[in-house]
Amino acid sequence: MIGSIDPVLLIASLMVASTPILLAAIGEMIVEKAGVLNLGVEGMMIVGAITGFIAAVESGSPLVGFAAAACGGALMALLFGILTQILLSNQVATGLALTLFGLGLSSLMGQGYNGIRPPATAALDLGPVSDLPVLGKILFSHDWLVYGSLALVAATWAFLKYSRAGLILRAVGESHDAAHALGYKVIRIRLMALLFGGACAGLGGAYLSLIRVPQWTEGMTAGAGWIALAIVVFASWKAERVLLGAYLFGGVTVLQLNLQAAGVAIPVQYLSMAPYLITILVLVIISADRSRAALNAPASLGQNFHASR
Amino acid sequence: MNRRTLLAATALALALPGAALAQDKVKACFVYVGPIGDGGWTYQHDQGRLAVEAAYGDKVETAYQENVPEGADAERVMTQMALSGCNIIFTTSFGYMDPTNAVAGKFPEVKFEHATGFKREHPNVSTYNSRFYEGRAVIGTIAGRMTKTNKIGYIASFPIPEVIQGINSYYLHAKKVNPDVQLTVVWAYTWFDPAKEADAAKAMIEQGVDVIASHTDSTAPLAEAAKTNGAVIGFGQASDMAEYKPSPRVSAIVDNWAPYYVKRVGALLDGTYEQVDAWEGIAGGEVEIGEITEAVPAEVKAEAEAIRDAIAAGTYHPFTGPINKQDGSPWLAEGETAPDGDLLGMNFYVEGIEGEIPQ
Repeated sequence: MIGSIDPVLLIASLMVASTPILLAAIGEMIVEKAGVLNLGVEGMMIVGAITGFIAAVESGSPLVGFAAAACGGALMALLFGILTQILLSNQVATGLALTLFGLGLSSLMGQGYNGIRPPATAALDLGPVSDLPVLGKILFSHDWLVYGSLALVAATWAFLKYSRAGLILRAVGESHDAAHALGYKVIRIRLMALLFGGACAGLGGAYLSLIRVPQWTEGMTAGAGWIALAIVVFASWKAERVLLGAYLFGGVTVLQLNLQAAGVAIPVQYLSMAPYLITILVLVIISADRSRAALNAPASLGQNFHASR
Repeated sequence: MNRRTLLAATALALALPGAALAQDKVKACFVYVGPIGDGGWTYQHDQGRLAVEAAYGDKVETAYQENVPEGADAERVMTQMALSGCNIIFTTSFGYMDPTNAVAGKFPEVKFEHATGFKREHPNVSTYNSRFYEGRAVIGTIAGRMTKTNKIGYIASFPIPEVIQGINSYYLHAKKVNPDVQLTVVWAYTWFDPAKEADAAKAMIEQGVDVIASHTDSTAPLAEAAKTNGAVIGFGQASDMAEYKPSPRVSAIVDNWAPYYVKRVGALLDGTYEQVDAWEGIAGGEVEIGEITEAVPAEVKAEAEAIRDAIAAGTYHPFTGPINKQDGSPWLAEGETAPDGDLLGMNFYVEGIEGEIPQ
């Protein structure tokens, strides 16, 4: 019966299913690398989903929608940045509040946008390579944002590993006092990281409302932001592992539905909890080596910085 | 002047209790499992609430809370509503069954109305439901006629009798018009998660399913079917979902709660309120079949409408024997119709459906 699952289609659809959490997670990773813990990913995603949806519907262009979604998410992140970086409020509490605020704000903004179909985003036309057997379907049949998210992972990886700016960002996250003593503007750098994280989360949300689902419904992110947060820890703050984590999670989610549709006789409850179970399992395995896991977490994560200290 | 105002206010306050005895104002409260904007289940309940307001004007005040999780939170919300002066509380999801009965025991003066459940532990708890399986018979007929791959799908929410009735009715009627039809059931284990509903639809489409019915609350499965350029069709669920007309949405099962809500609040106003166990269907107007679009051939449309009309007239029951259970044991003999008790506790597939019901 498993034979009726086409592995090619499965891989192609897992890439689509994973893209929202991949985008949100890569943004959050940069934020955490700068030493800020923003638990408001869910809130930023859903605000991105609705701003992107509204902009796309009103303008008729998905591209405008995605741009607006990035701005919407970044604005939410800026709000968080002002509260935590300038007014020095508690990051955990503010992040949770940001999620609740985002959920409420998005349903307010979404009044009147229920049941509307957004303009379609076509798959990128890559000409003859799309017709290649197997590879064509897996690699060359997606919309541009799937490729964009992959490029973003590569760019983030290179930025953190090879660029001077990436080094500064990491320094701020490891020891803000030392970075400050060296003359780096800790708060400005953190705000920029937050804006990037917010924009990514906004894009992830808009991917849901404009491509994957595609429609607006209240609460449509349904916990994707929290998964993104877990994936950052899962990935021990490494870009390539964020990709792995997001695809693993998306893959198990899609696989369990496919297994059900194929009629595999595994109790549904096990299949439904599989994505979460596997995420927890890998988290445990990765953090088994305590010293190494601790080394990876940015040392100043979640601590507020004030120059007078 | 001051003294006069005070006297007038006191007189008014003294007059009020007498007015309250007449029960000339009712506060009706609603607990929703999803957002009103889901475009499906909760949206329809809210339409019912608005109908109550329209029917009784300022004699009725309504309040509601959206997105209430099934469980301890529901109990808190209901308690809060009872304390804030609600006279009648409608709890609109199966999972509110135990919380509703628990809270009802503490507030004997408040009327509780639980949708789709079967427990009435206190005299102030009524239950109400719709015979959705009657609607499933109509769309099952369309599904059996319309499928080209002979694979039809059903996105199920939770393994409760109401959902299983729907699956069985949908399958039986598809099979009746197309003996080769195969049914794929995916359990989403959620009432509302658009991304998951879309993924479930996608998984089925990838495996060759070309007619999808859903028992979850959002329009996401239809949105997924819309991406196939007409190759896959589906049905509006709970609400008409007219924005996906004429295809993929070729018809719909519409829940119409307004008549029931108006009737119950009215009974409370004029003092004729009694505990009930209401279960109306197409005949009572609680289940409506959304317009069958031009994507369906005229003869199929006529066939589906004939079934709808026969059910409405009471001449046809969707579960009429001979029907065997999945394991081959007989359930209904030739010509026998299913008793309500069997339907309300339905926990088995009928013969021909593959897979198991999760326990």
